[in-house]
Amino acid sequence: MVSEDSGKPGRGSFAVPETPDEVRRALESHGYLADDGLATAIFLAMVLHRPLFLEGEPGGGKTEVANALSRWTGGELVRLQCYEGIDVNQAVYEWDFARQLLHLRAAELRSTPGGGPHDVRIVEDELFSERFLVRRPLLRAIAPSTERLAAPVLIIDEVDRADDEFEAFLLEVLADYSVTVPELGTFRAEEPPLVVLTSNRTRDVHDALKRRCLYHWVEHPDFEREVAIVRLKAPEADEQLARQVTAAVQTVRGMGLYKAPGVAETIDWAQALAALGSSELDEATVRRTLGSILKYREDIERVSDGDLVGLVEEARRRG
Amino acid sequence: MGTLSVWSKRPGDVADPRHASTIGLLVAFARSLRRAGVAVPVDSVVQYVRAIEAVGIDRRDPVYWAGRTVLIHRHEDVPTYDRIFDSFWFGGSLGSDPPPPSPEDLSDEESHDEDDAMSSDGEPPRSLAWVSYSDIDQLRRKDFAACTPEELQEISRLLHATSVRALQRSRRMIRSRRDHGRHDTRATMRRTLRSGGEVVRLMHREPTSRPRRVVLLCDVSGSMEPYARALLRFLHVAVAGQGRVEAFAVGTRLTRLTRQLASRDPDAALRLAIERVLDWSGGTRLGEGIGAFNDRFGMPGMARGAIVVILSDGLDRGDPTLLAGEMARLHRAAHQTIWVNPLKASAGYEPLARGMRAALPHVDQFVEGHSAASLDDLLGVMAAG
Repeated sequence: MVSEDSGKPGRGSFAVPETPDEVRRALESHGYLADDGLATAIFLAMVLHRPLFLEGEPGGGKTEVANALSRWTGGELVRLQCYEGIDVNQAVYEWDFARQLLHLRAAELRSTPGGGPHDVRIVEDELFSERFLVRRPLLRAIAPSTERLAAPVLIIDEVDRADDEFEAFLLEVLADYSVTVPELGTFRAEEPPLVVLTSNRTRDVHDALKRRCLYHWVEHPDFEREVAIVRLKAPEADEQLARQVTAAVQTVRGMGLYKAPGVAETIDWAQALAALGSSELDEATVRRTLGSILKYREDIERVSDGDLVGLVEEARRRG
Repeated sequence: MGTLSVWSKRPGDVADPRHASTIGLLVAFARSLRRAGVAVPVDSVVQYVRAIEAVGIDRRDPVYWAGRTVLIHRHEDVPTYDRIFDSFWFGGSLGSDPPPPSPEDLSDEESHDEDDAMSSDGEPPRSLAWVSYSDIDQLRRKDFAACTPEELQEISRLLHATSVRALQRSRRMIRSRRDHGRHDTRATMRRTLRSGGEVVRLMHREPTSRPRRVVLLCDVSGSMEPYARALLRFLHVAVAGQGRVEAFAVGTRLTRLTRQLASRDPDAALRLAIERVLDWSGGTRLGEGIGAFNDRFGMPGMARGAIVVILSDGLDRGDPTLLAGEMARLHRAAHQTIWVNPLKASAGYEPLARGMRAALPHVDQFVEGHSAASLDDLLGVMAAG
């Protein structure tokens, strides 16, 4: 069913999946519980060789997707955290200045007096060779320096924080998976990396970049899936606690707070409560540990001044 | 999950996803999305056919997710996708092929009104022709041609306002410098080679200054009606000026207008913006609107370090404590908050409106905005911020 360009045979233990369901199961065995939508999106990213663009609330597990993919495929995880003002030097490559200087001094010591312009050219060629090239994430993902069995997994995190000039540059790189270093020439990926971009939507990423990608909106998981995630990530919390914590967080999420807690916060809270030796929620402990899931003073006040008893009771009932 | 109705309708033909008629259907689906206002590039349609080929077409869920992943690129388009998906594959009409009557159709009395946008029970119509959210919002679209000549004249003066340049960003972000800023190794190395391997001078570079992000929140409620169109022109000038400017309309809901206003053609930009604002000249709930902005855009990062400009008369029907709270939150994140009130220019104006009074403690600059000249001043204030 799948057209025959989906990867070479014999890449270690990793084989390109044949159904979205296979993706879901494989990720599950590597510690990530994906729903049908995300599994389909990842499956298509692999089959169609397209970057996957993930948007959604912070703390929803967008970045973790790439970690799980790397564990699964065995490809090196290459992470590029975007920020305002990020440029080619930090994202693609840079020259190792200190070593270039050392090399220059050494060349000077060996050089014969009266060595002409010919020597200078040789030294210059040496200086701008791969030896002195510092590979930043994008170049590492496209031209890995170490031989690995599988293509790297490249995560470009919070692309909405970068400037739009950088976005245009990314578009160019992602279009043909190649990077040009003027002094050296063009690096082209033998096998395209698996690319995941994430955005928290602080601004709209340019359409051209989004069109290049497959798009998936990451939702908060439903109750049972979130319980399963908590059980997986915070095994020290027992089943009952995990269920109660999840129920409480899901209720809090519906309260219209400034910053609704994400899945990461649910896990933090379960870990915090387990560390305190709790096996179920009670009002006093909840009050003391609300800071694990709520990060604004106003939110904490709203929840603790509200019906905390009701929240705990409801959670215990559902748990 | 049910089998897709089209499949059962045309056995044999469509079972093979590579069959021409199936591809035709997939293309028709993409076209319906386009007709509903979703931007679907041709390339995505090609990817869609490949995606369906990869996931198979016999079950609903993979077909749903594959299409959503490949054809949709904005979260806002998901509800449209859901609607078109349901009407296209389940019970919608498929061009020449009349849809099989569904059980609901048989039990319900069909509405015979030809141009009835809503069927009698308030359900959205079943045809592929798209009707917007008119059931939720008061839908009053304005014809821009109704602008008075004076207004237009004023606006065109505004369009040529020189201070717009103040909002433009510098093209080159970083320049090489000799003395301060970050060390520029590449430039130093080049220079060193020129002097035969001697490090004569360390080169530096520093970022050139960049204008701050500007966020414009424009009140489009009924009381702002006399000014709203001119202000929308102002929003367009600001957004299209290549600066880092975001624009929103606030009424009973929050509408992001940056994309619509980014068009260089002023008339096209305004038409798009007006079409997008569904609560034009409706009520105002500023507190909720600003809260929605804070939740969805401001706090995740858009408001941080930005200059936030609110264009409103402050006549708010909502809860003033909510407005005060949201303004305080916005004020904490933003570099500067500017409130532009067109009423401020009128003689003897006092900010007595409850909303205005609630918001003022959290406003850095309170300026008028009733005329092109005052908006010119505003641009000056924004550029200085």
